[in-house]
Amino acid sequence: MPADEDLLRAESVTKHFGVGPPWSRRRLHAVDDVSLSIGAGRIVALVGESGSGKSTVVRLFAMLARPTAGEIYFEGRPLSKVRRRPAQLAYRRKVRIVFQDPFSVSNPAYRISHSLLRTARLHRPDVRPANRRAEIERVLDEVGLSPASEIIDRFPFELSGGQRQRVGFAEALLSRPRLILADEPVSMLDVSIRIGLLNLMADLRDREGVSVLYVTHDIASAWYLADTVAVMYAGKLVEYGPAERVLRAPRHPYTQLLLSAVPDPRVVLTLTEEDVGEPPRVIDPDEGCRFRWRCPYAQDRCAEATPALGPIEVGHHVACFVAPEMAPAPSSVPTEAL
Amino acid sequence: MAEDAVLSVRNLTVDYLTESGAVRAVDAVDLELHAGGFLGIVGESGSGKSTLLFAIAQLLNPPAEIVSGEVHFNGRDLVTLGESQLRHLRWREFSVVMQSAMNALNPVRSLGAQMRDACEEHGKISAQEIRKRSSEVLRMVGIDPVHLRSYPHQLSGGMRQRAMIAMALLFEPQLVIMDEPTSSLDVVAQRSLMIQIKRLQERLGFAVVFVTHDMSLVGGVGDELAVMYGGKIVELGPTQRIFSKPLHPYTAGLLEAFPSIQAVRRRLTGIPGSPPDLRLRIAGCRFADRCPDAGNECTRVDPPEEQIDGRLVRCIRVAERASRAG
Ligand SMILES: Nc1ncnc2c1ncn2[C@@H]1O[C@H](COP(=O)(O)OP(=O)(O)OP(=O)(O)O)[C@@H](O)[C@H]1O
Ligand SMILES: Nc1ncnc2c1ncn2[C@@H]1O[C@H](COP(=O)(O)OP(=O)(O)OP(=O)(O)O)[C@@H](O)[C@H]1O
Ligand SMILES: [Mg+2]
Ligand SMILES: [Mg+2]
Repeated sequence: MPADEDLLRAESVTKHFGVGPPWSRRRLHAVDDVSLSIGAGRIVALVGESGSGKSTVVRLFAMLARPTAGEIYFEGRPLSKVRRRPAQLAYRRKVRIVFQDPFSVSNPAYRISHSLLRTARLHRPDVRPANRRAEIERVLDEVGLSPASEIIDRFPFELSGGQRQRVGFAEALLSRPRLILADEPVSMLDVSIRIGLLNLMADLRDREGVSVLYVTHDIASAWYLADTVAVMYAGKLVEYGPAERVLRAPRHPYTQLLLSAVPDPRVVLTLTEEDVGEPPRVIDPDEGCRFRWRCPYAQDRCAEATPALGPIEVGHHVACFVAPEMAPAPSSVPTEAL
Repeated sequence: MAEDAVLSVRNLTVDYLTESGAVRAVDAVDLELHAGGFLGIVGESGSGKSTLLFAIAQLLNPPAEIVSGEVHFNGRDLVTLGESQLRHLRWREFSVVMQSAMNALNPVRSLGAQMRDACEEHGKISAQEIRKRSSEVLRMVGIDPVHLRSYPHQLSGGMRQRAMIAMALLFEPQLVIMDEPTSSLDVVAQRSLMIQIKRLQERLGFAVVFVTHDMSLVGGVGDELAVMYGGKIVELGPTQRIFSKPLHPYTAGLLEAFPSIQAVRRRLTGIPGSPPDLRLRIAGCRFADRCPDAGNECTRVDPPEEQIDGRLVRCIRVAERASRAG
C-alpha cells in the first residue's frame, strides 16, 4: 500500500526510560527504532512477549508520551507538530484507546452513563445535549449491549467483565474515531466473551472502516482477526507483514518460537525443561540481535551488529541475518487448512 | 477431611447483598486439596471464581457475605478466625495473587519497598536478607532485580503480574492461591511460568489453587480440575480425565470455544447464550437454556452431584452421555 494511504505511520520511533538509581544513568530501551504503518480500515495485530514494548507503542501512538526519537505521522501530518490544545483534542477524538483491564475501565462510584456523557460532551459537538443519551444508547446497541436504555444506568459492578470491556469500546466509538488502539482488550476475558469482542472489532472494520491496532499476546486471536501482524521482541520490531505470511510462514526465529508454543486446548500441554528463557536485555543493550541469547540459529555476526528490518519478500519484513538464508519455517500450522 | 488435606472447603455459599436482591456468587461449594497438590478452577467470566478465592482467603468485603460453610486450612476453620489471626497467616502460610495486579500493588511504593513492607510485617529479617530474597524471587519470575526500584506504573502489564507472583513466594507458604496470574503474558512466558511454578512446587512442596479461564494452561500441570458455572462446581475430577472426556456439556463447550491457529479463518460463536442471573433461584439446571443436550426434565430438576467415571458431575443426563461416549 502506498505510504499516502496510511492512516498512521511510525518512522524509527524510539522511547527510552531512565531506570535504577538516578546517578546510574542506565537507560531502558522500551521501544527502539520501530517503523510500521496502519492502513485505513485495517486491523494490525501487535504481538510480542511481556515487556517487549507494545503498550509503550500504544502510548506513543495515543500521544500519551512523546518519542525519544523518530516521528509518527497521522493522516500524513507529524505528531510532533500537534502541540496546541484544540489540535490535541481533535487527535484524541480520532484516535481512541481501549485498555486491557475491564476492571479499571470505569470509576466504580458512577453509573456508566457518567463517563459516556462526558465523552459525548467533549467530542461530539454535533450532538445536541438533548440527543446525547439517544446517541449513547445507539452506540451501546452497536457494541451488543442491550437493552441499551437499561444498561446505560448500571454501575460497573453490575456488568460482567465482557460487558465492561464492551463499554470501553462504546466509549471509544462514541467519538467516531478513525483508529482504535486496543491494548490487550480481551486478555482478561474468557473465550466465549473473547470471541464476541473479536467479532465486534471485525465488524467495526468492515462496517465503519475503523482501523484497529490490536495489541495481544494471543497469537490465535491475531490469526482470527488481523490483516497485518507486527512482532516485537525486546523493544524491536522483528517481523512485520500480512497475517497469512507472518503466521503461516514465519521467518524470524522468535516468531517461530512463539508459534510453536501456541496452546491448543484439545492437545494436552506437556511440560519440558526447555525454554525457561532469560529475560532479554533491554537496559543499556549491547550491539547485536537481542534474541541471540535464545536463538537456535545464532552466529557470530549476530553479536557484532544489530539486524535491521528489511524485506524478505514483497510486503514481508524481517530483522534477522540468518532468516534470508533459511527456507521458510516448517511452521506448526498445516497448510491444507489454508 | 482426608489425612493430608491442606485445604478443605465445605458447603461454602457466598451472597452479594444488593438493592435488587442477593446475588449467589458461590453456591454450596465443596473442594479438597492435598498438601503439594495443584487444583485448577476454570469457568466463564462471572461464574464466581474470584469470589470463591476471596472467600477461601477471607478477603471478602461487604456487600459480600459468607452465608454458610467452612474453610479448613491446616485444620483450622478460617471462617471463624479474627482479622489479626488471619493477618498472621497471610503471606507466611498462605498467599494470594489477585486478578488485578494493578489494584493489588501500591502505586506509590517501589517494588522493593512493598516487598520490604511484607517482610517486616512478619518478624525480624535483616535488610540485607530481605534484599537478597526479593532479588531471588524476582529472578524466579523473569524480572531483572534492577526493577526493585521501579514503581508499578514503570512495569509492563505482564511484569506487574509476575511481580505479584514473586511477592506471593517471598515466604515459601504452604498454599498459594492465584487468580488468573498469567492472563497478561504471552504463550512462551505463560509456559515458562507454569514450568517455574511446577518446579518450585516440587522443590518447596506448597499447594496451589489456580484460577484461569484458559483451560489449555492447566491441562499439563493440574492434578485436579474444578469447572465452575453460575456459582456451582459442575464437574470436578482429575485434570487429564476431564480433558480427554469432558462429561458436563458446559466443560465440553469450554474446550471447543477456542479460536485455533490451526484452523481456517472462520467466524466462531463461543458458547451461545449468556451466563445465568444469579439473583434468581431457579428450579432446574442453570445451564439448561444454553445446553445443546438439554431435555424437558433439565429445567425442572436441580441436578444433584453424581459420582461417575472417577469424578463428580452435576448433570442429570450424565450417565446416559457417559455410556454414549463409550
Ligand atoms: N514509565 C515508564 N518508566 C520506566 N520504564 C517503563 C515505563 N513504561 C514502561 N517501561 C518499561 O518499558 C518496557 C516495555 O514496557 P511495555 O509496557 O511497553 O511492555 P508490553 O509489551 O506492553 O508488555 P506486557 O505484555 O507485559 O503488557 C518494560 O521493560 C517496562 O518496564
Ligand atoms: N460487589 C458486587 N455486587 C454485586 N454482585 C457482584 C459483586 N461482585 C461480584 N458480583 C457478581 O458475582 C458474580 C461472580 O463474580 P466473580 O468476580 O467471582 O466472577 P469470576 O468468575 O471471577 O469472573 P471473571 O472471570 O470475570 O473474573 C458475578 O455475577 C458478579 O456480577
Ligand atoms: Mg502492555
Ligand atoms: Mg475473577
